[in-house]
Amino acid sequence: MKKFWALFFIFWPLVALYVCWIAPERNWWFPGEAKSPIGVRIEGLFYLILAIVTVVFIGTQIALGYVLWKGATKSEEKRAYFSHGSHSLELIWTIVPAFVLVFIALYQMDVWAEYRVQSFYPEATKEDGSAAELMARQFEWRIRYAAPGKQLTDEPVDGDLYWVNEVHVATSVPVKMNLRTQDVQHAFFAPQLRLKQDAVPGLIIPVWFEIPEAGDYDLVCAELCGWGHYKMRAKIVAESKPSLNQYLLELQASQNEDGFREPPEVN
Amino acid sequence: MATVSPALHGHDHADSHEHGHHEQSFIQKYVFSTDHKVIGIQFLVTTLLMLMVGGALALAVRWQLAFPWEHMPILGPLFGLFRGEGGQISPEFYTMLFTMHASVMIFLVIIPVLAGAFGNFLIPLQIGADDMAFPVLNMLSYWFMWPAIFCFGVSFFIGGATAGPAGGWTSYPLLSALAEAAPGSGSAQTWWLMGLTLVGVSSMMGSVNYMTTIINMRAPGMTLFRMPLTIWSMFITAILQAFALPVLTAAGFMLVADRLLGTVFFVPSGIIVNNAEPTIGGGQPLLWQHLFWFYSHPAVYIMLLPAMGMVSDMLSCMCRKPVFGYKPMVYSMAAIAGLGFIVWGHHMFTSGMNPALGMTFMTSTMMIALPSAIKTFNWIGTIWDGDIKFNGVMLNCTGFVAMFIVGGLSGIFMAAVPVDVYFHDTYFIVAHFHYVLFGATLFGVFAAIQFWYPKMFGRMMNDTVAKWHFALTFIGFNGTFFPMHLLGIAGMPRRYADPYLHPYLEHLLPMNQVMTLSAILMGFAQFLLLGNFAYSFFFGEKAGRNPWGANGLEWSAPSPPGHGNFDEPPVCYRGSYEYSSPEAEALGQDFILQTTPPVRALPVTPPAQQA
Repeated sequence: MKKFWALFFIFWPLVALYVCWIAPERNWWFPGEAKSPIGVRIEGLFYLILAIVTVVFIGTQIALGYVLWKGATKSEEKRAYFSHGSHSLELIWTIVPAFVLVFIALYQMDVWAEYRVQSFYPEATKEDGSAAELMARQFEWRIRYAAPGKQLTDEPVDGDLYWVNEVHVATSVPVKMNLRTQDVQHAFFAPQLRLKQDAVPGLIIPVWFEIPEAGDYDLVCAELCGWGHYKMRAKIVAESKPSLNQYLLELQASQNEDGFREPPEVN
Repeated sequence: MATVSPALHGHDHADSHEHGHHEQSFIQKYVFSTDHKVIGIQFLVTTLLMLMVGGALALAVRWQLAFPWEHMPILGPLFGLFRGEGGQISPEFYTMLFTMHASVMIFLVIIPVLAGAFGNFLIPLQIGADDMAFPVLNMLSYWFMWPAIFCFGVSFFIGGATAGPAGGWTSYPLLSALAEAAPGSGSAQTWWLMGLTLVGVSSMMGSVNYMTTIINMRAPGMTLFRMPLTIWSMFITAILQAFALPVLTAAGFMLVADRLLGTVFFVPSGIIVNNAEPTIGGGQPLLWQHLFWFYSHPAVYIMLLPAMGMVSDMLSCMCRKPVFGYKPMVYSMAAIAGLGFIVWGHHMFTSGMNPALGMTFMTSTMMIALPSAIKTFNWIGTIWDGDIKFNGVMLNCTGFVAMFIVGGLSGIFMAAVPVDVYFHDTYFIVAHFHYVLFGATLFGVFAAIQFWYPKMFGRMMNDTVAKWHFALTFIGFNGTFFPMHLLGIAGMPRRYADPYLHPYLEHLLPMNQVMTLSAILMGFAQFLLLGNFAYSFFFGEKAGRNPWGANGLEWSAPSPPGHGNFDEPPVCYRGSYEYSSPEAEALGQDFILQTTPPVRALPVTPPAQQA
């Protein structure tokens, strides 16, 4: 029975590793490739940490399995080895993990600094201003664009264009959005872009990203905002600059549409 | 001398207690008792009860995630819930379920079972005192739990099935500050905050008591570095508790004031919730997050450190070997506690605080992994070349170590700011903290229950049932929580009543169903624990004073110890982990009680010969 329990603890990490191994092909993994440059960097960092962590996981579980197996197969007469520890071992397993942790800490600082600290927003977004305002509310995303040819202002002005749950952005340029909330806290989460930013009541938080590829991307809420938290479903439509301009013109036209039609001629 | 005289002083009290002993009525002895052992057992039974409540809530959450919008079994018909919705769980009820699951598990199970139950029971026994320093305060600390349970209970039922507190256990404003924000943000939220405050009062009374007792009432010879690691962990936890808790209590009062008195600590102006009047304010919701996590991050260690200490004790005993690296263990617990105060910002990487500040919190968070790693290596070192007794205690302790490794390693991902930006508020986080709080802490608690049960009730728990309980819980646990890592990687956010509304999550439904089946297995396995607990109370094998052959002072007392604990005031001669020492060999056994006087008169075998 002793050996059974030692094997029990050796067996489960194997199952865990197997499940992780088959996860990507079973689609239990990231929702598609990262579709933004920062997302690509985040994913790279994830794989680096995953590699380190996997080595440590295998190492510690092997060590645990080994000491258990050794205890399970020990002869009855043999007493436990009397030891209070080992100073040199303590030093080794303090210094080595310390180096690894400091390495991870310093290595990933770059990614964060590059995208969020060195300059809070890329120059391009400073010139062009924010592409849109994303106003979260229970339980939808309200989008406000400036009228074509105008700059987006913090507070709504006449001529602004509105839409709900679908935001159009240009591809291949840094896009800055003003993230706000009308009521409680929400969070902007774009899984395919690997991006997340909370929307805090009373604050306008600029969030910027870049999408090289045209397409539809999910936008969901990631901060509990009430009973309908799960249904704040929206999409980000990335398209080329001309097509975005076209969309905004159409939106303007439809917003200005008064519904009047020439009556059809009666023969 | 400083340690000697208060202990003797404590013994004088024991004598005076003896006189009053016979006059105690049933109520004084078992209900409003000032005896630390009775209080500890009261805490234990209460928390086990609450564990079942929290577990039932968790199963309801799992039900909805596996079979969204389908009729809820057992709980649904039992309480006649949702007749209006045709038996479905409503999304309002779902938000309330996970809010109360977390609140019950954290505030009414994990914190009180560690500090309240085992802290109370073990501290005086392990340091050789006759009782706590402040027995009445101790009694109050237990009885303040009940108003807290009452408040949580009222908050649960006050608004009917759809208007319980639903702000999550973190209760971020404005969801929790404005009554209009959600069905559960009305008076239920106020009651919830009251409950939170009362739990805090209870914990604070406990921690003051633990610190005083450990500092002043140690037996002669029980120096700080002879204390069992359980006592060290309780001591460090008490300090953490005492310094962090006031911040949460203050924050709680501020939020209550916002809700009831019209202050605006957390409410900015111009917010329109559910078409109500715009708010008039000037407050800042982020303030709550800072205050809340300033307590709640140290609280994570409050929920873990005592289990670490107890597991160290039990592993050492079950491997018949001294703890590997006793002092590094103590220092790393102190380091975890110290660093624990400067890492709260890692809960807020996406909150909108200055991105540069995130880097500081990231560095301190990475560093806190170091003492945790050292402790893990030392546990493995303790098992290494030991004479392992594979019983329920040992299995649960090994489960603790194995699961803590996973919980610790998954923490590294979140410590890295950019990666956390993706994982924040996804199931990866849920996986991480369940591996730490359930995988580590609760397995440690299961072990501790079996280990100290004979000291509590004078009888052994059934080891076969304990092993079955462990195996089923372990399998169910991993089946439930390991796939959550993958859900998190797949980007499934937390707290979604129906994640499958989103096309990119649709294919995860079968995995969630497997997880729910595992959770049901795990939930029902707990009846083995409760059954074993109750059965052994009446029919368990009688235990002597020292059924495990352990060294601690508590094992020199009768099982169960009488009022005043020890036959005579114990004197401590050595550290608590001298298993298989030459001295013990000289006595022909593999343990040597801390109270056994030095055996120099006997021939001592040199260590070299016996290896």
